[in-house]
Amino acid sequence: MSRYTSATPADRAEMLAAIGAGSAAELFEQIPEPLRLDRPLALPAGMSEAEVFERLAALAARNADAEQQVCFLGAGMYDHYVPAIVDAIVERSEFLTPYTPYQPEISQGGLQAMFEFQTAISELTALPVSTAGLYEGPSSVASAGYLAIGATGRRRFVVSRGVHPHSRETLATYSTGFGAEVVEVGLEDGVTDAAALAGAVDGETAAVFLQSPNFLGAIEDVEALGAEAKRHGALLVVAVDPMTLGVLRPPGECGADIALGEGQPLGNRLDFGGPSFGFFCGSEALLRKLPGRIAGETDDVDGRRGFVLALQTREQHIRREKATHNICTAQALNALAATIHLAWLGREGFRELGELLVHRTAYARERLEAVDGVELLHRAPVAREFALRLDAPVAAVLERCAERGIAAGYPLGRDYPEHEDGLLVAITERRSREQIDALAEALGAAIQAELGELVPDMGSNSPRRVA
Amino acid sequence: MALVETPMQRERAQTIFEKSKPGRRAAVLPAAGVPEPPLSELIPARLLRDEPPRLPEVAEPEIVRHYNRLSRRNFDLDTGFYPLGSCTMKHNPRLNERVAALPGHARLHPAQDPKRAQGALELIWLLQESLAEICGLPHVSLQPSAGSHGELAGLLLTRAFHADRGEARTKVLAPDTSHGTNPASVTMAGYEIVKVATDERGGVEMDDLRAKVDDQVACLMLTNPNTLGLFDENIAEIAALIHQTGGTLYYDGANLNAVMGHSRPGDMGFDIVHVNLHKSFSQPHGGGGPGAGPIAVSERIEPFLPRPQVVRREGGDGSGPSFELDFERPKSIGRLRGFQGNFGVFVRSYAYILSLGADGLAEASETAVLNANYLKARLAQGRAGKHLPVAFDRHCMHEFVLSGKPMKRELGVATLDLAKRLLDFGFHPPTVYFPLLVEEALMVEPTETEAKESLDAFADAIERILAEAEQDPEIARQAPYTTPVRRLDEVKATRRPVVRQPLG
Repeated sequence: MSRYTSATPADRAEMLAAIGAGSAAELFEQIPEPLRLDRPLALPAGMSEAEVFERLAALAARNADAEQQVCFLGAGMYDHYVPAIVDAIVERSEFLTPYTPYQPEISQGGLQAMFEFQTAISELTALPVSTAGLYEGPSSVASAGYLAIGATGRRRFVVSRGVHPHSRETLATYSTGFGAEVVEVGLEDGVTDAAALAGAVDGETAAVFLQSPNFLGAIEDVEALGAEAKRHGALLVVAVDPMTLGVLRPPGECGADIALGEGQPLGNRLDFGGPSFGFFCGSEALLRKLPGRIAGETDDVDGRRGFVLALQTREQHIRREKATHNICTAQALNALAATIHLAWLGREGFRELGELLVHRTAYARERLEAVDGVELLHRAPVAREFALRLDAPVAAVLERCAERGIAAGYPLGRDYPEHEDGLLVAITERRSREQIDALAEALGAAIQAELGELVPDMGSNSPRRVA
Repeated sequence: MALVETPMQRERAQTIFEKSKPGRRAAVLPAAGVPEPPLSELIPARLLRDEPPRLPEVAEPEIVRHYNRLSRRNFDLDTGFYPLGSCTMKHNPRLNERVAALPGHARLHPAQDPKRAQGALELIWLLQESLAEICGLPHVSLQPSAGSHGELAGLLLTRAFHADRGEARTKVLAPDTSHGTNPASVTMAGYEIVKVATDERGGVEMDDLRAKVDDQVACLMLTNPNTLGLFDENIAEIAALIHQTGGTLYYDGANLNAVMGHSRPGDMGFDIVHVNLHKSFSQPHGGGGPGAGPIAVSERIEPFLPRPQVVRREGGDGSGPSFELDFERPKSIGRLRGFQGNFGVFVRSYAYILSLGADGLAEASETAVLNANYLKARLAQGRAGKHLPVAFDRHCMHEFVLSGKPMKRELGVATLDLAKRLLDFGFHPPTVYFPLLVEEALMVEPTETEAKESLDAFADAIERILAEAEQDPEIARQAPYTTPVRRLDEVKATRRPVVRQPLG
C-alpha cells in the first residue's frame, strides 16, 4: 500500500539479481529467526489519501481551536497573527525538506537564515551572541542549568516561582541527571520576593533563574534582583517573552548572562504546544559553552562571503561525551518562521506591536477588574498577560465562558495551589476591544450565575458551592 | 578546470539587515481601539526599553524576494537524491502538511481544556498505540522533542528505575560505532560512558562486552541495525547479559526504518526505545528541525514515564471513551519540556502511519533494505568496488558503510573530496567520516522512496568521479565548482567567530 515507493516487480527482480539474492526476505535473514515478526503489525491497512484526510479532519473537528473560540489563553504560547508570507516561505521545498546543513556549500540559504535569526534574537535580548535554536522554552531553561554547572563548577540553582511551571519542572527533571539541587524562591504581590532571593543565593549557587514578565504576567525588576547573583558569581539566567522586547528593557541591559525563552509567539503556530523553538543568548564569555548549533560567517576559497556551522567542536557529533549539550536540532524551520515574522514587523512594527499589547492589556485589566466578583491577583506592572482572582470556582466559570465561545484564560490552580481562585488572561493583537468587552460580560455573567448557585459559608470569606 | 562564475556565485551574500533602509516597513497593525497613554504611565520607566531592537526595515516585496532567493541557495530532498546515512531522508508527503495545517490542529492552544481538545488527545493516544505496536513495547510517551531528547529521557528513566530499587549505578555502555548523541546524553544524565568494541562482523564484540558488564552498569545503548547498517545477531545474548546484572537496554531508534513490521526492539529485549518521527515517519527535516523523539518502554519502566501522559478512559453509561492528560504519576521523572510535545509532528506521522498501514510500513522497510543492498551491489562494481570497498562485506539492512581509504591512498582523493565533487553532480553526499571506526567512511542510506533510476544515477556519478580522479585528482580536491559558494573556511569561522550581523 506504500504509495511513496517506486520499485516495480520488474525493478525488484533486476535489483535482487544484481544483489545475488533470491528474494527480499533473504536480506532479512540476518535477523535471527526468533526475532523476526511472524505476523503483520496489528495496525489498520493503509488508506487512500482522501480517506486519511477525512480521518484527520474528523479528529481536528473535535478540537475547539482559536478560530472557533475567542482565545485568551496564554501561559507561554499565544494566538498571534502570523503573516501570510511566513507560511508561503516556510512551505518551500528548499526550506522544508533539507537536513541539517552539514554540507555548507549547498546549504547557504538555511545557514544565512540562521545567521539572520541569531542577529535578530541578539538584537531583541541585547546580548551579543545567540544560538540557532533549541527545542522550546522550558527545556532551554534546563539547558542553561547544564551550562551554568559547566561554567561555574557549582551545582545549586535558585529559581523564582515566577518562572514558568513547565520550565521549573523541566529544570528539576534534568537536575536529577546533573546532580544539581533546585531551590525555589516565592513571589510577593506577583513579583519575586527580593529578600527571599537574597537569602537563597550564596557562593554555591551556579545560576539564578528569573522570568520577566513572569508566569503571572508581572514585569520583574531583573536588574535589581539579579545584582545578588552577580555578587556571588552565579550566572543570571532570564527567561523572556520575545513579543514584549520591543518595549521592555531587554535582559542584556539588566545584567543577564543568559537570556532565553519560548519562541512560539514569533511566527509559529499554536500547534497544541509544538513544534516551536527555544532561543538562547549569552554574553561573549559564554560563546564556547553554548548549547547546539551556531551559524557563523566565513569566506570560500575564492573569497566569497559564506556561512557555516561555527564552533562545531562544542557539539555532540565531534566532541561526543565532552559536548556542551546532546542537542542536534536547531528547530531551523521554526526559527526561520520567526526571522521572517520579525523582518515583516521590522524595527517600527515590532515596537508598535509591543505598545499595542501593553495598551490592550491595560484596558483589559481595568475592564475585568471592574467586573463584580473579580479582583486583581497582583498590582505589579504587566505587558501582555495578567492574573485575576475570581469569587466563583474557576473551572465552572471557564466552562460557562466556553459555552459562549470564549476561552477566558488559564486556571492557575494546578500550578499554583495557593492561587486556586486564580485566572491568567493573555492578550494578543488579535484580541480586539470588542472581544475584551465580551470577555468582561461573559466573565461577569458566569460569576453571577455561579454565585447564584452558592450559599455563603459563614466561617469564611469565600463562598462555597452547594453540594 | 576553467572557472566560470555562475550567476549565483557572482551574487554577494547580503543579509536582510543589510537591505534595511529607515522608513521602510511591511507590517500594518490594527489600531489599538483603546486608550493609549504613554507607556511610562503604565510601566515604570526603568523597566522600559529606550531604543527598539534594530530589526530590518524592509517592505514586503523585498522580504519575499530575499527569502525566495535564499531558498535557492539550498539543496533539498524534493530536488535531489539525499543518501545521508543514519538520517533517513525519505519523501515528505504533502498530505501530511495539509492535515497539520487544519485550524483544529494548527490553531489549537496547548492549554485548551482537555474536554475541548478530544480530537488532539485521541490522535496522541492513537499514535502512542501505533508506535507501541511497531516497537513491540506496551507504553509510549510522545513528549521528547527529538532523538537526543529521547535518549536523555531514557537515561533519566533508567536512573529513576534503579533509584526506585535503592540502587545508584554509574556507567553506561555504548558501542564505538554509536551516534555522538549517545555519549553526550550519557554525560548530561550524570553517567560515565564506557565504549564497547566492534567485532569483525560489525557487531558488538561479545568478549569486550562481557568484560565490561557489572553491577555498576546502568544501561547499554544500542542501535540495531547498527550504524554500519548491520543487524547484530547476538542481540538476544546481549540483552540477557545486561538484564542479568540489572541494567536496562536502550534502543536508539535512528535505524528503525530498516525493520518496521519485520522485527521489533521490544521483542529483541530492549526496555526503552526512542523513535525519530523525522526519520522513519516522514516528518520533514526542515533544514535542521523540527522533529520529535517519542519513547516506547517496557512494563517495568512505565511508572517513571514523563508527565503528563495521555490516557484513554472508558466511558460509563453508554458514552464513548474520553482522553485525558494524566498528571497523577507519583514516580514520574517529571516534565522534559513544555506542554504535550511536538503535536504538529505527531499529526504528520500519524497521517503517514494511516497512509501506509501495517502492510505499507513493512513494505517501506523491505524496499529500504532492497534499495540499500542494490546500491551496495552497484558500488561493488567498477572503480567504486576498487577504490571504495564496503567496510563489512555482507548483506546490509537499510544502509551501508564504504571506506575511502584505498581511494585516498591510490588516487590522493579523500572522502571529503569525493563528497564535494558529488555536489557538482547534483547529489547530496552520504554521511562522511562516520562511524568513526571506519577510515575515510561514507555511510549511504538511500531509503525506500528512491527509484532504481536515482540509485543508478548516483552509482554512475561515483564511477565518473573516480574515473576523472584517476586522470586528475586535483579536480575532486578543488571541488565543488558549481555551488552557490565553493569550499568554505570552517577554521576561520571557529577561530574568529562572527555569529551575527554587525549593525552600525
